[in-house]
Amino acid sequence: MPERTPSQTVGPYLHIGLTQGRYGRTEIVGSTVADPALAGTHIRIEGRIVDGEGNAMPDAVVEIWQADSEGRYAHPADGRPLASNSFRGFGRCPTSEDGTFAFDTIKPGPAPGPGDSTQAPHINVGILARGVLKRLFTRLYFPGEPANAADAILALVPAARRDTLIARAQPGKPGTYRFDIRVQGGNETVFFEA
Amino acid sequence: MIDTYSRTGDAADPPYLSPDYQSTRIRSPRQPLIVIPQTLSEITGPVYGHSDVKPDEADLTIGHVGEPLGERIIVKGRVLDERGRAVPNSLVEIWQCNAAGRYIHAVDQHPAPIDPNFTGAGRCVTDADGNYRFTTIKPGAYPWRNHVNAWRPAHIHLSLFGPSFLTRLVTQMYFPGDPLFPFDPIFNSVPDPKARERMICRFDLEATKPEWALGYTFDIVLRGRNATPMDPDHA
Repeated sequence: MPERTPSQTVGPYLHIGLTQGRYGRTEIVGSTVADPALAGTHIRIEGRIVDGEGNAMPDAVVEIWQADSEGRYAHPADGRPLASNSFRGFGRCPTSEDGTFAFDTIKPGPAPGPGDSTQAPHINVGILARGVLKRLFTRLYFPGEPANAADAILALVPAARRDTLIARAQPGKPGTYRFDIRVQGGNETVFFEA
Repeated sequence: MIDTYSRTGDAADPPYLSPDYQSTRIRSPRQPLIVIPQTLSEITGPVYGHSDVKPDEADLTIGHVGEPLGERIIVKGRVLDERGRAVPNSLVEIWQCNAAGRYIHAVDQHPAPIDPNFTGAGRCVTDADGNYRFTTIKPGAYPWRNHVNAWRPAHIHLSLFGPSFLTRLVTQMYFPGDPLFPFDPIFNSVPDPKARERMICRFDLEATKPEWALGYTFDIVLRGRNATPMDPDHA
């Protein structure tokens, strides 16, 4: 049987390959995950990535993968029909000079979880960067969501660290959530393997 | 019951903290990763296909006023999973520097010439048998500031999706016999020498096009599904 090809860093020049729209091509993977016409609660995710010294990471790319407003994934392993063919559930945003990123999307619905359980609404998040040798994988959950208390994945995270996975509502900016990612150090974001 | 993905290949990957690669010292998590069961969220993933890319986007030597300088090459291979099955209809994105070792990127200040006829970005979608194929220029080696007299061996960056969120892979493809291998902390961040060899393409006379371009073959192996579906309660 063939053996896995190892992971390597994206390096500092990731934009050439991962944001080809900046280099004269059509951008096929961008930071707008949901068209304005798509059914659901439209939201904006804003955040910033910092390293172990608290400095912004301007050479990272964030990728998100999420269900639609009914908790359905646009993938054959889900199999449930989606309300809209335009929804693919995937977004990609390189960080700016100040380490920030943003996505325009919809709030996902609850997706099926382990056994007969239902997962709290969440967005799967991948981080690739210079100095990161394999993708970091985390999840974004929503604040004030009663379903968080029963989520099988959140339950695996030590209570003191769960806050790193809960986005924050932005006062004065309805529908906007803040999700900062600390790759290392104090209040380090929880990262998963599956 | 859901189809889960194996973790048998994890040992191939580098650790997050690989101190000789300086940037990893402040960009690697200190807390242990939390192991979670594979749910529908992980075993699904983005689907991009043939309608998303144009055939000429796999040829990095065209689309400019003139032809790029350097050694024209063909890079082709198959995308497979750990069970040896083809990964069909899957997006592959690549990027690289030019023949002189310079990226067309604002951050790259290496005093080697920019080639106005080379951007270094390509993409394609694997066919039904998992095959992909690019035409490009052999990238040059270039210096970086990781340590004194640090040089990267020639490489092409590759980004792959496979069938799920868990099969996502970004890697680098190296060329056979590069004298810089022993000195490169990124190549050597992969602890197992046999796994490092799996990042090196092979010269392929059959892939070589007479009077036109040298051919290199590089097969890429992604995570595969477990032999039998596991009950997610016990995944």
